[in-house]
Amino acid sequence: MKARVFVTLKPGVLDPQGKAIHHALEGLGFEGVEDVRAGKLIELDLAEGTSDDEIAEMCRKLLANTVIENFKIERLGA
Amino acid sequence: MKSAVLVFPGSNCDRDLAVAIEQITGRAPEMVWHRDTDLPEGTDLIAVPGGFSYGDYLRSGAMAARSPIMAAVGEAAAKGVPVLGICNGFQVLTEAGLLPGALMRNAGLHFVCRPVRLTVENSQSIFTSRYQAGEQIVIPVAHHDGNYQADVETLDRLEGEGRVAFRYSGEVNGSARNIAGIVNAAGNVLGMMPHPERALEPAHGNSDGRRLFEGLLEAVA
Repeated sequence: MKARVFVTLKPGVLDPQGKAIHHALEGLGFEGVEDVRAGKLIELDLAEGTSDDEIAEMCRKLLANTVIENFKIERLGA
Repeated sequence: MKSAVLVFPGSNCDRDLAVAIEQITGRAPEMVWHRDTDLPEGTDLIAVPGGFSYGDYLRSGAMAARSPIMAAVGEAAAKGVPVLGICNGFQVLTEAGLLPGALMRNAGLHFVCRPVRLTVENSQSIFTSRYQAGEQIVIPVAHHDGNYQADVETLDRLEGEGRVAFRYSGEVNGSARNIAGIVNAAGNVLGMMPHPERALEPAHGNSDGRRLFEGLLEAVA
């Protein structure tokens, strides 16, 4: 089974990379971009039966720094 | 003084730090591999070096902080053994939970590599006893992820308890309240982004970092 983990900065935490992307989009002439936040996508190929709790534990222990980041887990396929 | 320098794959400042410690203490530190599970018996100082452990993959310091040796570092720190984390070492110590907060990408997005002016905020710690509180010193920085952030409550507590060791004298990387280095509540763990081991002798252009190591030697000896 596969799962995706999305790691994003918590709201209110300054995101320098998002800001740089925002500036670059403006530089390309795209108007109306209010804000940009950059995050990470981590794809996991897991043994069948791996529980959401186990994946959340991976996120808390390593994949996300919960001081500054949130994570969201998405399972792929059946 | 019996010291240990941790060695992580990808770090490039471990030898600099070992040379600095040997110069001051007259005794070469043990180089301790990240996969080891024990520190050498009787270690008086643990030094966590700068320099891109694990290539800064995932987050700076994240993988090093979960390496086997860090459990022993945590135990030693809890017993009061001094732990000095410089640059990536500071990132490792926050990731390991030995210091609060987190180090993020520099606000200006640039890699900052230059001597910077610091204010010594507190001369009461074992790391800063050879400095005067309020003194201005110059120590080089070299980092991409030196932007120290913590919630307001944590920042207030750090300042209220005199745990800010060094502050940048001007804007460097976007750090909250210009924090360049902090100590833990017990005062035996210091994390700082500037590199005192690169300011040790006149040949380095500046020797303001020397007193940090001398103070440590005095505290431990």
